[in-house]
Amino acid sequence: MISINVNGEVRQVDVPDDMPLLWVLRDELNMTGTKFGCGVAQCGACTVHVDGTPTRACQTPVGMLTAESKITTIEGVKGKAAQAVQAAWQKLDVVQCGYCQSGQIMSAIALLTDNQNPTDQDIDTAMDGNVCRCATYVRIRAAIKDAAQTMRA
Amino acid sequence: MPAPSRRGFLKAIGAGAGALVIGAHLPLPALAADAAPKIVGPADPRPQLFVIVAPDNTVTVLAKHLDMGQGIVTGLATIVAEELDADWAQLRGAFAPADGKLYANHFFGLQGTGGSTAVANSWDELRMAGAAARAMLVAAAAARWTVPAGEVTVAKGVVRHAASNRSFTFGELAEEAAKLPVPQQVKLKDRKDYVLIGKPDLHRLDHVSKTDGTAVFAMDIRRPGQVTAVLARSPRFGGTVKSVDDAAARKVAGVIEVVTLPVGVAVIAKNSWAAIQGREALKVTWDDAKSEMRGTDAMLADFRKLADRPGAVAAGKGDADKAIADAAAKGGHVVEGDYVFPYLAHAPMEPLNAVVALNPEGGCTIWAGSQFQTVEQMAVAGVLGCKPEQVRIETQWAGGSFGRRATTNADYIVEAAMIAKAYPKAPVHLVWTREDDIKGGRYRPLVLHRIKAAVDSKGAIVGWKQRIVGQSFMAGTPFEAVMVKNGVDATMVEGASDMAYPVPNLAVDAHTAASPVTTLWWRSVGHTHTAYAKEVTIDRLAKAAGKDPVAFRLEMLKDHPRLAGVLKLAAEKAGWGQPLPKGKGRGVAVHESFNTFVAHVVEVTVGDKGQFKVDRVVVAVDCGEVVNPDIVKAQMEGGAGWGIGHALRGEITMTDGLVDQGNFDGYLPMRMSDMPAVEVHIMPSHERPTGAGEPGVPTVAPAMANAVFSVTGQPLQTLPFSRGGIVS
Repeated sequence: MISINVNGEVRQVDVPDDMPLLWVLRDELNMTGTKFGCGVAQCGACTVHVDGTPTRACQTPVGMLTAESKITTIEGVKGKAAQAVQAAWQKLDVVQCGYCQSGQIMSAIALLTDNQNPTDQDIDTAMDGNVCRCATYVRIRAAIKDAAQTMRA
Repeated sequence: MPAPSRRGFLKAIGAGAGALVIGAHLPLPALAADAAPKIVGPADPRPQLFVIVAPDNTVTVLAKHLDMGQGIVTGLATIVAEELDADWAQLRGAFAPADGKLYANHFFGLQGTGGSTAVANSWDELRMAGAAARAMLVAAAAARWTVPAGEVTVAKGVVRHAASNRSFTFGELAEEAAKLPVPQQVKLKDRKDYVLIGKPDLHRLDHVSKTDGTAVFAMDIRRPGQVTAVLARSPRFGGTVKSVDDAAARKVAGVIEVVTLPVGVAVIAKNSWAAIQGREALKVTWDDAKSEMRGTDAMLADFRKLADRPGAVAAGKGDADKAIADAAAKGGHVVEGDYVFPYLAHAPMEPLNAVVALNPEGGCTIWAGSQFQTVEQMAVAGVLGCKPEQVRIETQWAGGSFGRRATTNADYIVEAAMIAKAYPKAPVHLVWTREDDIKGGRYRPLVLHRIKAAVDSKGAIVGWKQRIVGQSFMAGTPFEAVMVKNGVDATMVEGASDMAYPVPNLAVDAHTAASPVTTLWWRSVGHTHTAYAKEVTIDRLAKAAGKDPVAFRLEMLKDHPRLAGVLKLAAEKAGWGQPLPKGKGRGVAVHESFNTFVAHVVEVTVGDKGQFKVDRVVVAVDCGEVVNPDIVKAQMEGGAGWGIGHALRGEITMTDGLVDQGNFDGYLPMRMSDMPAVEVHIMPSHERPTGAGEPGVPTVAPAMANAVFSVTGQPLQTLPFSRGGIVS
């Protein structure tokens, strides 16, 4: 049994150490907001926060995490940055197919938690690991700026 | 019909008894006056179900089309809500059940989404459905108040009798209205009275669920006892299983079963990780007797040889050879060359997947991002030996498609059904990995265009010869009879054989090259390459003639006011003609696809070695009456990103028949830092609505190429541009 802390709850899972956190969340805990997109940390659809750091769940063996590691998924994300980001996403109707957006939002929240006045370059750096095949990038950029403004106000 | 019963369906979506359920089972009125597209499909009246007004005051619109991101659930709901005079906040969206009789796409004659047809196809029936529901609510209120129906008004979801200051919500009338006869004639709104259609401030119905992780895709379906399967497929196209050693795979913890099927070897496991690990432990020997063993370089070389010979005629008038020779002899200019387009994968963010559960009474239930429901029902019925209507489909939000889910043989759904048949004990979730997707074919075909064209000494195009070589994804499918005529696949030559420029001597022909590599339509289909080859050639001719690219096109588009209109609009908004600093260039392209007219102006900065960066994209679109301007805008933004991203770096190549790319580290997607600003301008129009999902793609890449050409003088004839070393 492995103990992990997901969204503030301690969960026991009976899986091999090398099972990526992605599949633990999706298949064992039925938390399907975190998405499978590539399996090799190339698309960012599986982005979660581990102790606040945006992390690709598909390349994080669950055995590497400790019971103290605080995992946050789209289902449990909260706080000022999360509120601002989700509100901006909704205000600007960023989503199209929506499949990558959990990961996009988790990356954006991490960016804005650290930096409430990101430049375009900062946004490129923080978001380049998150692929959107619908190419909603124009609106993602705008929404990040909108959320940053909300947070600064 | 044993397909989902009305009661069962109502229960499934929580409407329950007492709901007003409306289908547009009204005769389609004489709407043809405004140039209606040809309507095919079942005869009216049809007992269709499109609108449910529930006692809880929600209005649910049932979308017969798949929403793969293009926003069609919102679009269809907007059409209904307008005629119903509903409040936008009470609207909900749901996917209609699979039923090709009730929910046919009138352009296809079967239930399916594609060709940017959804709004055009639903426009009449949903306006009627909304108007009929409104009339029934009015009648119910009038009866309750014993006042003439003419005195009852409806606005924002409230039914009112002003004289007596009484009102009802829709929910309060739902039960009574449901008992009333459906009116056989309804009056549709005058467009000047629209309060929802054409308004920019409606939010998408999926904008909350897709930002908080609650939207359910097929990948997220979790049925009781469900198992996960991955399938080992031949690494070469056309290969089959020769022998399997599954001993190691069966020892992987969590692996339940391994089954060999005509389509490959399936590993069935307790969860995705175990299934993937199990597949890695499989030892499969493949029979390559019928496989494609060539690499893409060899295939292209073969294409070039084919292009030396005449193909099947797609368009012909006058004598192109003579006109070109005459122009060359008499002070005109000839431009010629090959244009090469690579195989491209769709790579939707949600890898292909489907859950299949066999039903105890026969048939099955499928949960999938289903795009061609009727095709899938028929194909799965063939696998299971049941009737198509015994194949229930629960359509889910799809995480992108770009054409991939609309397969002519229901490929991945059939795989899932075969596995479920072989392992009937539990619902089976077939999951493709990203590698399965990138290596799995159904690509936009590898295409070669060979063009030779000439302007005369006055700068008029006098002759144009174009030969197209590629694979047909219609050949051998049920669509072949409709789409392939006289040896020419319409989807290979669309946009070329019917080009708007009035060339007096035109010869377009095509070769269909055979290969086991599977190919498919890909967002904007043939226009992905025909518009590029045409519009880049036009700029080369304009340069040869010493003419401005916009003026050159406008001279030729006098009989095409909508093409000319978007061209002028884009040029004006982009500041066409205004001087640019050294090293910067502007390019333009204009094209019609799917009855929608689009022009792009792209600005680039070009470095010393021809390397460039896109600075700005301006797009003008005319898609007739616009239902949701913000969604059209989003489709133009996304279409630009799609077109640019693939033109920069997108290609699938093969070496000795093996696909070289496997994931997003090899098949390079557009990313944030590549995405330019996109300005969208929508042409106001009262024409019938047409599509927006695909038409934003074809012109952006040639406009980008023409912008580079304006600086370097070198036409970009090989895609992706990364091949020429001008893109990092």
